[in-house]
Amino acid sequence: MLVAAMACCAGMVGQTRSALRINEVMVENTPEGIADEYGAHHGWIELFNANFAPIEISSIYLTNDSTKPTLYPVPLGDVNTRMPKRQHVIFFADGEPNKGTFHTNFVLDPTRDNWIGIYDADGRTLIDEVVVPAGIKAGQSWARTADGAGEWAIRTGGADDYITPSSANVINDTNHKIQDFAERDANGFGMTVMAMCIVFSALLVLCLCFYGIGKISSLLSRRNKARAHGNETSDLAEIREVGHDTGEEIAAIVMALNQHLYAHDDESTILTIKKMKRAYSPWSSKIYNLREVPQRPVRR
Amino acid sequence: MDFGDFLLKNLRQFWELTGFANAEWGNIIMLLVGLFFIWLAIKKNFEPMLLVPIGFGILIGNVPFNTEAGLEVGIYEQGSVLNILYNGVSAGWYPPLIFLGIGAMTDFSALIANPKLMLIGAAAQFGIFGAYMVALAIGFAPDQAGAIAIIGGADGPTAIFLSSKLAPNLMGAIAVSAYSYMALVPVIQPPLMRLFTTKKERLIKMKPARAVSQNEKIIFPIVGMLLTCFVVPSGLPLLGMLFFGNLLRECGVTTRLAKTASNALTDIVTILLGMTVGASTQASQFLTPQTIFIFFLGFMAFVIASSSGVLFVKIFNLLLPKDKKINPLIGNAGVSAVPMSARISNNLGLEYDPSNYLLMHAMGPNVAGVIGSAVAAGVLLGFLA
Repeated sequence: MLVAAMACCAGMVGQTRSALRINEVMVENTPEGIADEYGAHHGWIELFNANFAPIEISSIYLTNDSTKPTLYPVPLGDVNTRMPKRQHVIFFADGEPNKGTFHTNFVLDPTRDNWIGIYDADGRTLIDEVVVPAGIKAGQSWARTADGAGEWAIRTGGADDYITPSSANVINDTNHKIQDFAERDANGFGMTVMAMCIVFSALLVLCLCFYGIGKISSLLSRRNKARAHGNETSDLAEIREVGHDTGEEIAAIVMALNQHLYAHDDESTILTIKKMKRAYSPWSSKIYNLREVPQRPVRR
Repeated sequence: MDFGDFLLKNLRQFWELTGFANAEWGNIIMLLVGLFFIWLAIKKNFEPMLLVPIGFGILIGNVPFNTEAGLEVGIYEQGSVLNILYNGVSAGWYPPLIFLGIGAMTDFSALIANPKLMLIGAAAQFGIFGAYMVALAIGFAPDQAGAIAIIGGADGPTAIFLSSKLAPNLMGAIAVSAYSYMALVPVIQPPLMRLFTTKKERLIKMKPARAVSQNEKIIFPIVGMLLTCFVVPSGLPLLGMLFFGNLLRECGVTTRLAKTASNALTDIVTILLGMTVGASTQASQFLTPQTIFIFFLGFMAFVIASSSGVLFVKIFNLLLPKDKKINPLIGNAGVSAVPMSARISNNLGLEYDPSNYLLMHAMGPNVAGVIGSAVAAGVLLGFLA
């Protein structure tokens, strides 16, 4: 079962590093572009955590050479390598890893195609890869159309295809779902119809399901009862005749049994006085001074 | 500076930290509201398990203090003890724990014996979506309207869970409104039930429910969870825990776990939930015109939910054979105020026929209402989150 489950889930993305994505790349930065903490303008690679949970990216590998998958190991011990859910981080491809965690030991070359890959900590499992085509101008980026998904396209930095280092590739200034409902269903009628249909369907399915289960259960209980009566027949018509005991019948039988077994005039209760020893302890002595928790009498 | 000045300066600084120096009218009003809740709980016995923690929480949350002093005592100050406890509300993990306890306490036999009663629980959810439409008409945004409308489910944990996701800023008012109206169910529902039923309908006697086997009780939470959560995965935290708790109860081999879930765990979470929800009603956050609208919408939601349950039974009866008619007095129990609304059905039934016990019949739609409101919350979350 475990093997089957693993086989079925092979293509699924879990809440792990496998959901890490290369999201946007700028091969050749310009003075107008984002600067690193030293004020230099190098090419950069943006990663995106597509999980809805944080992930730790230290010990993964970034590379621009498929024959050297472990080219740049993301260093351990930096709190900033813990990526919050659905957030971004950028690495400057400046070939100067001594500048800090987010500076790779390789550079991107604008004159040729740049293959970039990220490998998991084992150095063998490829998490994501992208080929940035040659010919992209300085100051332009190669980015996904949506965070962690979608096609790749050139972004020139214009009003409609803005460059977004370390932030979402599509900037959401409103919640589109709510906007949509506000515009198209201003009186809420659509929501009411849809939601009530869903609520009714969910409970109707449950209702029908338990009608079926109830029928099967009744049938089985009648069959068992018929067997208990020594009737081994499988004829349903005969089984139906046995029927259920009603609650009243069961109550009457129980009362009769109770009367028969326990009816007596003399009560068997014995009253006695038992001496209770309370050993003194400085830790528990205080309890003798406390009164009981007050309880309100129940009004009927 | 002589020693006298030094003393005076420090005393003046201390005075500026006290509640007396920082008190505003809003705080005083909220303190009175808290005292009123405690009075309702102790004197009138209205939902004391909820109103005492909430009422006292309101007192705790509205003791005025200097928020700029950095004392880290307020519920909205990060790192304060109250803020840490409040995380269970703001991050929405108290409600599923409460649902675990509800599942472990609930006997679904009445529902399993007569599954058609589930539809009454579904019909009562009209209260939620009726209130949603009214909230939109008043001017609330769809996500806020959804969070407010869930009050109509008559289910405090569900209301807190959904509002923490859709409209965290309104959560205090929504929670207090939901619990207040749940406490007022005995006042709100009977007039509506009388209004929408005839004397003849109130006298309908329903057949006793069939005995339900242990196997059916065990299958119910498993099938129930799978079916409802496949339809509405966003309801998973609530429905998953509800049915899990019920399986602990019914399977017969986890009695200790079921007892802990239904007693100690539920009590602990109820205390924390009630107190922190109460404390979250700081006057500055709570006393806004929106709160008045929320209370109005909550009332509307309860009225619509109770009425639609009763009216649905009347319509449903047109399709049922004469010997299988349902007493419409159990329609109100479709709201998931367990077991209060079922008790109201029973009491009203006995008022008109002292031999007509409706309690067990009403428990069916009542627990179906719990499932229905959790499904409705999942639907709203799926559409609007």
